Amino acid sequence: MTDQHPPSEGRGASSPEPPLARAAEIVLEAREVSKRYLLDQVVVEALRDVNLEVWKGEMLAIMGPSGSGKSTLMHIVGLLDHPTSGTVTINGQDVSHMEPNALAAVRNKEIGFVFQSFNLLSRTTALTNVELPLVYAGVSGSDRVGRARAALEAVGLGERLEHMPNQLSGGQQQRVAIARALVTDPSIVLADEPTGNLDSKSGVEVMRILQELNAQGITIVLVTHDARVARHAERVVHIADGRIVLNERVECRIMAGADGDGVVAELEADAASLSVNSTAGPR
Amino acid sequence: MNLVESFRIALRALSANKVRSALTMLGVIIGVAAVILLVSIGTGVQSQITGQIAGLGSNLLYVLPGQLEGGGGPGGGGVTKRFTLDDVSYLQSRLGADNVVIPELAGPVDLRSYNKTMNAQVTATDENASQSSLGTIQTGHWYSRGEVVGASRVAVIGSGVRDTLFPGQDPTGATVEINNQPFTIIGVLEKRGGGFGGNQDNTVSIPITTAQQLLGTKDISVMLVRVANAGQVDAVKAQAEIALRPRFSDQFTVFTQAQTLTFLSTILGTLTAMLAGLASISLLVGGIGIMNIMLVCVSERTREIGIRKAVGARTYDILSQFVIEAVVLSVLGGAIGILVGAGGALALRSVVSTKVTWWAVALAFLFSAAVGVFFGVYPAWRASRLDPIEALRYE
Repeated sequence: MTDQHPPSEGRGASSPEPPLARAAEIVLEAREVSKRYLLDQVVVEALRDVNLEVWKGEMLAIMGPSGSGKSTLMHIVGLLDHPTSGTVTINGQDVSHMEPNALAAVRNKEIGFVFQSFNLLSRTTALTNVELPLVYAGVSGSDRVGRARAALEAVGLGERLEHMPNQLSGGQQQRVAIARALVTDPSIVLADEPTGNLDSKSGVEVMRILQELNAQGITIVLVTHDARVARHAERVVHIADGRIVLNERVECRIMAGADGDGVVAELEADAASLSVNSTAGPR
Repeated sequence: MNLVESFRIALRALSANKVRSALTMLGVIIGVAAVILLVSIGTGVQSQITGQIAGLGSNLLYVLPGQLEGGGGPGGGGVTKRFTLDDVSYLQSRLGADNVVIPELAGPVDLRSYNKTMNAQVTATDENASQSSLGTIQTGHWYSRGEVVGASRVAVIGSGVRDTLFPGQDPTGATVEINNQPFTIIGVLEKRGGGFGGNQDNTVSIPITTAQQLLGTKDISVMLVRVANAGQVDAVKAQAEIALRPRFSDQFTVFTQAQTLTFLSTILGTLTAMLAGLASISLLVGGIGIMNIMLVCVSERTREIGIRKAVGARTYDILSQFVIEAVVLSVLGGAIGILVGAGGALALRSVVSTKVTWWAVALAFLFSAAVGVFFGVYPAWRASRLDPIEALRYE
């Protein structure tokens, strides 16, 4: 396929229309992205001709069961992995054929990651972990420390700057990871199952922070298998067997930690998980 | 990102993993210290012994029975005919009065004084030996020509014998039993020290005639020729060979001091090489230790590399961090190893002579540093070429 500029009306299930009341600016775009790899000599098609746009300022969830290709898609649009074919564009710049060091610079400047397993440097303080992207951005001295401190304060960890990851709870570690994702002021934050390793209370806290950041104008892409987590977003892209199968606007969005339906839903879910726990046996 | 920042990151990573850093450094330290210490012992002993031989003067000839050079053929090494005192006076008469021929007869003996006993080496010789190979008299005097001719029961003892049998006393005039025969002590030699276990001071010297009686023999072990003019050593050697040929055909050997030194240097060089071989084993073990630590940490470090790349580290940033880490560990460990090795060599001076050699230091340091850097950097180099997601997933 030689056509690098497919028609702008888009294809498949991806939605070209911008969210309401926002400038129609595309931050991130995937075109005809496919990913194949060999697993035990069997070709696995993780992604097939996926098209995706992420609009500036929106909060998008990519949802699908495990093995659907949602994480692969996130890794490809996050430039951690490269597609077998297709193009990825970030802020109008085609990054598909960039060499590794140029990609590192784009990741550093434009993308913040939040992983399910936190991926903090062990035996390294929260502050130093958050400083890391700034180090590679060439920010030095008091400016760097100040920005890292501000990012940690923004996620409510201003009192825990010198704590090591193993001295922090899971929720706190994930907030450090969010601070690290934010500190370079990226165009987009990619969160892969950010609540996957957390108890429900910490999960609510992390979702609340992500929604708060989104309200401040930060573009967030959430990858999850959990429909309830996905409903914290404004828009959900459903993916199955490496294809995008549905693209829908969330009707009844859950606002984490706020009054109203969201809390009720969360309480119900919490109660459900509690009853599961209580029937699991005596502790 | 500049070099200062790379340094800061590397040092931070090192201090965040103190146990790993310490173990890696320990490998380098042990390797470097062991090589420096063992090689310094080898070269120290070598230079001490050759120094002693050379200190005897370059004008000594050694005349040994049997043919030592040129193979010896079947039954070689067996001495067919030994020298006697008659050969000494014969050789003396042929070489002229300026060149002094000294007989020597050596063997192990038991010493006893009252209830104290010890083993020692007896070196029997004559009145001319006083200033030659046995050292200088500290107290008393050497035996005289009269005492040699009369086979007197007199003995000059080494300081080691005095310290063992007569601690804190002046033994001159006292009696010591050599193989159960009473001898009067007439002199004590100065302490010479060195050697392994101070053996050089556990000696006793008696007139050669007395020794022949005591051991029941007419033979002597070896003849020394002190050549008057050092420039004529080779000429006198040829003269001695001509003189002895009618009596012994080719069953004798004349060594010059230079030949003895060469011979000894070969033996001692082998000793040093052996010690160096032992040291290189510890270097290897240290290297394997370094390798082990580095490889055990690969999975953790590969994930670390994944994290760093995910937040924007370039290949250069990763590599410079790991190179600096490895170099800092190796250089620091190497420096400590040099201090430990050289310090140990100095501390051992009272027991055995040591000499720190620059090539051992350089070899040990470079090898350990190379192992440290290679195994610190190679896995990192591989990981730095992975896609970030593969590094993050690495198990």
